[in-house]
Amino acid sequence: MDAVLLSRLQFAVATFFHFLFVPLTLGLSILTAIYETIYVRTGDEEYKRMAKFWGRLFLINFALGIVTGITLEFQFGTNWSRYSEYVGDIFGSLLATEATVAFFLESTFIAVWHFGWRRLSPRAHCVTIWLVAIASNVSALWILLANGWMQHPVGYVIKNGRAELASFAAVVTNPFGWLEFLHTVSGAYILSGFFVMGVSAYHLLRRRNISFFTRSFRVALAFALVFSLLEVVEGHIHGAEVARTQPAKLAAMESLWDTQARAPMALFLIPSPGRERNLVEVGRIPGLLSLLAYSDSGAVVKGLKDFPRDERPPVTITFLAFRLMVGLGILFVLLLVAGWFLRNRLVESSRYLRIMLWAIPLPYLALELGWTVAEVGRQPWIVYGLMKTSDAVSPISPGQVGVSLVAFILLYGFLGLVDFYLLAKYARKGPEPAPVETN
Amino acid sequence: MLETIWFILWGVLWAGYFMLDGFDLGVGTLMPFLARSDLERRLMYNATGPFWDGNEVWLITAGGATFAAFPRTYAVMFSGLYTALLLILFALIVRGVAFEFRGKEESPTWRRVWDTCFFVGSFLPALLLGVAFANIFKGLPLDAKGIYRGTVFTLLNPYGILGGLLFVLLFLVHGALWLAVKTGGELQERAGSLAGGLWYLLLVVAVAFLVASRFATGLYSNYYETPLFFVIPLLAVVGLVLTKLFVVQKSWWRAWFASSLTIVSCTFFGVVGLYPNMIPSSIDPGYSLTIFNSSSSPLTLKIMLAVALVFVPIVVVYQVWTYRLFRDRVTEKDLGYEEAY
Repeated sequence: MDAVLLSRLQFAVATFFHFLFVPLTLGLSILTAIYETIYVRTGDEEYKRMAKFWGRLFLINFALGIVTGITLEFQFGTNWSRYSEYVGDIFGSLLATEATVAFFLESTFIAVWHFGWRRLSPRAHCVTIWLVAIASNVSALWILLANGWMQHPVGYVIKNGRAELASFAAVVTNPFGWLEFLHTVSGAYILSGFFVMGVSAYHLLRRRNISFFTRSFRVALAFALVFSLLEVVEGHIHGAEVARTQPAKLAAMESLWDTQARAPMALFLIPSPGRERNLVEVGRIPGLLSLLAYSDSGAVVKGLKDFPRDERPPVTITFLAFRLMVGLGILFVLLLVAGWFLRNRLVESSRYLRIMLWAIPLPYLALELGWTVAEVGRQPWIVYGLMKTSDAVSPISPGQVGVSLVAFILLYGFLGLVDFYLLAKYARKGPEPAPVETN
Repeated sequence: MLETIWFILWGVLWAGYFMLDGFDLGVGTLMPFLARSDLERRLMYNATGPFWDGNEVWLITAGGATFAAFPRTYAVMFSGLYTALLLILFALIVRGVAFEFRGKEESPTWRRVWDTCFFVGSFLPALLLGVAFANIFKGLPLDAKGIYRGTVFTLLNPYGILGGLLFVLLFLVHGALWLAVKTGGELQERAGSLAGGLWYLLLVVAVAFLVASRFATGLYSNYYETPLFFVIPLLAVVGLVLTKLFVVQKSWWRAWFASSLTIVSCTFFGVVGLYPNMIPSSIDPGYSLTIFNSSSSPLTLKIMLAVALVFVPIVVVYQVWTYRLFRDRVTEKDLGYEEAY
C-alpha cells in the first residue's frame, strides 16, 4: 500500500471517529441549555436536575470530541502537506478563524459551566451553557465552510503555483458551505434528540423518574421533529446544489451511467461499475431524477460514462451510502411524527419506547453515511476540479503512516469503548435524586 | 511588514501556549513524584481542572495560525516532524480524557491507568515540544524542495535533547508553583519546596542552553546585529532570578508570574533569533523557510490580522475572567462536590 491510500485510511478513521462525538456536542449543548433556561425562568428544580444529568452525559461525550478534533487539524500538515501548501492561503485561514473565534470560547466556557454552579448566579450560569452551544455551532460553521470550499472552491485565483484568496466574501458566503452547515447541524440536532429520547425511553420503560424523563423526552421530541422536517427540505436543495456543482458525485449517488433527458430514479438497483451499468433496476420512475435535481422532469442529467474514468468517484459506496442515508432520514421523520401523536401517553406506549431505545445508533449511522457521500463522492479530487487527492499527500514513507494508522486504530478503539461504557453507565444510572423537602 | 507582524503574532501564540498549558503539563509530570494519596492526586487534577482545556486551545490556534499565515512552514514542519508530532498528539489525547474519565470509576486499577495516561500525556509533549523547537532553532535537514531528509532520530541530537530537558524543567517549576498557588497545607509546602529545588537544575540547564545555542545555532546573529535585543534573554534571566526570590518569600503568585516571564522570554529568545527564518535548513541556508518564502498572500494576512486583532484580545479578557473566577485554592471540601474530577 502506498502513502496515499494509507493516509486516506488514516484520515477516514480519524474523521469517522471524531464524528461519533461532534453531533451530540452540537445538539446536546442546545438541549441542555434549553433545560437550564426553563429552570431559570420557572424556578422548577426538576429542570435544573435535567440540565445536570444531560450535561454530565454531554461532558463525557465532549472530552473525546475535543481531543479527536486536534487530530484533524494536525493531519492536514502531517499527511496532506502538499494540499496544505497549495490551499493553506484559504483553507488554513478558515481553520485559524474557527479556533480564534469559536473554539476558545467553547473550551473556556465549558469549564466555567462545569465548575461554576456555586460561583455564578443561575442566570449567569445559564448564559455560559448558551455560550458553549453557540460557540460549538459557530465552530461547525467555519469547519463546514472549509469543507464546503473543498467541495466547491470559490473566491480564489491560481497564483505563485497555489490557490490564493481573491475574495474572502465569496468564501464565507459559499452556498455549498452554508448548505453543508445546515445539513450537518440539522442532522446533529436529530441525533441529539434521538439520544435524549432513547435514554429517556430506557427509564420510562422501567417506570423510573417518570416526570423527569417524560419532560426530557418531549423537549427532545419537539426539537428533533422540527429539524427532521427542515432536513427534508434542506436535503432537497442540497441535492440540487450537488447536481449544479458536482455532477460526477450526483451521477454516482444515483448510479446513473448514461446522460439522458427525463432521467429516471429506480426504487431499487444494484450498480455494476465494472460493466458501466446497473445489474438490476426495479421500479423506474422516469423523469424523477431530472425533476429532483433540476426542478424540471425533462432536464438532461449527465451520466457517469461522460466523465473520464479517472474522474469518477467510487460508485457503489457513494450510491449505497446515499440511499441508506435518505432511507434513514425518512424513517426518522416517521418515528418523530408517531412520537408527536404519542407524546401525552408515552409511558403506556411501551412498544414505541422500545423502538426509540434501539433507534439511538441509527442517526449516528446516518451522519457517518452522509460524510461518506460527501467525501468519497468527491473523489478523486481533494478539492473538486482543482487538486487530486493523489497529488496532495506528504512526502512521507508508507511505513511511517502504517505505524501511525495502527496506533490510531488501537488508541481510538480503546478510548471509544471506554467512552461508550461510561456513557451507558451514567445514562442508566439516571439523575441524582431530588433533594428531600424539609418542612 | 505584514509577514513580520504575523511572525511576532506567531511567537505570541506559542508563548501563550507554553505559559498556560506549561503549568498543566508540569502538574501532570509531577503527579507520580509529588502526590502521596488519592486525595492529593485529586487535588492536583482539580487545581488545573477549570483551565487546561482553554489553555490547550492556544496550541490549536498556534497551529492554525501557522497554517493560515505560513502554509509552507506548516506543511514542512508537520510532515517533516511526523512521528514527533503524532506522539505529541496521542499524548495530548490521553491527557485530555484522563481528566474526564479518571473519577468516573472507583476501582484503583482504573484510576492508576488514567494517572499513568495523565503523566505520560503531560511529560511527553513537554519533552517533545522542547526537542522539536530546539531542532528548529538549529535547523532541519531540508532539501531544495523543502523535503525533510532525516528521521525521528535526527532530532535526538545533544542540542535537541537539551532543549527537551529545558522545556521539561521550565514546566516542572511552573507546574509546582501553580500547585503552590492553588493548593494548601502539606501538598502546597511540598510543591513549593520542590519548585525551589528544581530551580537549581533549571538554572544549570537554562545557562547550558543559552551557551549551547551560541555553538549549535545561528540564533545569536540577530542579537549581535541589534544588541538591544539582548534585553530578551536578559528578561529570561531576570524572570529566573525573581522566581527564586519569590519562592524563598513563599510569595507564590508572584513566583508563578516570574516563571511565566521566564517562559515567555525563552520563547521570544528563539523567535527573535530565528527571524526572518521559520525553519532554517541545515543542508543549505538557501533552502531555509523564511517568513517571506512561506507566507500567505497579502490579502489573507490582512484579513487574518483583523480577525486576530479583534478576537485574541477578547479571548484574553474572558480567559483572565475565568482565572479570577476560579482563583481560590482547591480544598478537600471542593472535592466533595459532584462536578470535581
